[in-house]
Amino acid sequence: MTTYRLDQLTVRHLGAAATPALHQVDLVVGQGEQLAVIGPSGAGKTTLLATLACAQRPESGIFSAFGHDPWALSDQARHKLRARLFLAPQTPPLPPRQRVVTAVLAARLPQWSLWRALASLVKPSDPGAAYDALVRFGLGDKLYARVDRLSGGERQRCGLARLLLSSAQVLLVDEPLSALDPALAQLTLSTLQREASARNATLICSLHQVDMARANFARIVGLRGGRIVFDAARENVSDAMIAALYQNEVNASPAPPRHETPERLAVGACF
Amino acid sequence: MTLIGLALLWPALVLSEFKPWILFDLQSLGAAGRFLADFLKPAHSPEFLQMVLRETWQTVAIASAGLTLALLGAIPATLIVTERLSISRLGTGRMHWASAMLRQGVRWLLVLLRSVPELVWALLFVRVVGLGPTAGVLAIALTYCGMLGKVYAEILESSDAHATEVLLANGSGRLSALLYGALPESASELISYTVYRWECAIRGSAIMGFVGAGGLGQRMDESTRMMLGGEVSTMLIVFVLLVAAADLVSKILRRGLG
Repeated sequence: MTTYRLDQLTVRHLGAAATPALHQVDLVVGQGEQLAVIGPSGAGKTTLLATLACAQRPESGIFSAFGHDPWALSDQARHKLRARLFLAPQTPPLPPRQRVVTAVLAARLPQWSLWRALASLVKPSDPGAAYDALVRFGLGDKLYARVDRLSGGERQRCGLARLLLSSAQVLLVDEPLSALDPALAQLTLSTLQREASARNATLICSLHQVDMARANFARIVGLRGGRIVFDAARENVSDAMIAALYQNEVNASPAPPRHETPERLAVGACF
Repeated sequence: MTLIGLALLWPALVLSEFKPWILFDLQSLGAAGRFLADFLKPAHSPEFLQMVLRETWQTVAIASAGLTLALLGAIPATLIVTERLSISRLGTGRMHWASAMLRQGVRWLLVLLRSVPELVWALLFVRVVGLGPTAGVLAIALTYCGMLGKVYAEILESSDAHATEVLLANGSGRLSALLYGALPESASELISYTVYRWECAIRGSAIMGFVGAGGLGQRMDESTRMMLGGEVSTMLIVFVLLVAAADLVSKILRRGLG
């Protein structure tokens, strides 16, 4: 069964008319597959994840998730579909004044009624589950701390603990290791991968650390300038391909830093 | 030149009965002086104080009831108007035409409600429901509904969008996304604005009292007409105390939120 089928997909940011963020991308991902997306800054990794999460409407090409075109569905049906896809953006989406337990339990909102959500604000409705999720990222003691008391790395892992509580079948994770030291990075990545294989969920993870990607993921997708440069099994990705992917990254002046471009960014974008 | 000017001005001054020397007439000077001197010794007879207490209670009740009614209208209006909570906008940047129309309609309604000053609403309602607190309550409810709805929506829109948008993108409902994404950031601002509006409602009900909408304002109007400076002074002190109390309530509530 395929989770995603992308055929000649072009995605343009709202308001940014010039160059598309993704250009005629072809990608097929099967259910339960785990793949890493690598590439220089501004390659379109975040846009790809936002598109896959149905948070960014493609301009042209074919996009299907679970065999349907989400943008052909009604607003309600598409929103129901979004509950099956979990997007964890690079910047943890945690309000600073919220308690960690509430922030983590927010993963359950698509399943909860409004009253349950309201009641859980007063008295957390399943703190045990939140605690278990936090323990897996080494944050068990932070359950009742406030988010603004956490360090950057703790916040990032707290955002990922939310992922463990969602019931999504697709996990889209944007740069989960950007604020973590190497030891924590390995723990975090293997926790994510174990969770994905335990529930047979598809895991698509964008990474800056090429060596981590090659060590942990069987399938690597290289993205550059909005195009897929290679999409291959780990064994077939050579050092030369990696070097070509990141070549001239420093003086690639024609490609402006997409991270601070348009007035309206897609949801998953980091800013 | 000056002479010509004066000659032209003179008939106008006569016609408008402009007689500045009346200001310095002994009789009116004495009356004004007494009125002002009375301010220094606020009235404090037990029956007067009892009356002030009763009217103060009525003023606070008018303000609170008006604000509560205003909230009943303002909160749903806020939820409709806040664009950030639009699900159809997600990923496309465009809202569904029906929800865009509804938003614009409610926004116009809020503009209409708050563009008529509460004093004018009060004058209208005094004609409709007669003299008394009901007119004041209704006037406050209508005007403040417009103000609260607009400012609430703006407070919510000016908070950090990231948390709310990610919750929406992960499939949660609009209201849950509001509760878990935007509210933690905006709660203390929303509360402080609400309490400030309550304070404004207390002041507003005093002004509306002058047109017969009940409460302390109506008594103040009567005492002013009878030139009883002491009584006016007592009532002004009560107003200062009420505003100080509102300040205190706001502080306590905000501290409770942490």
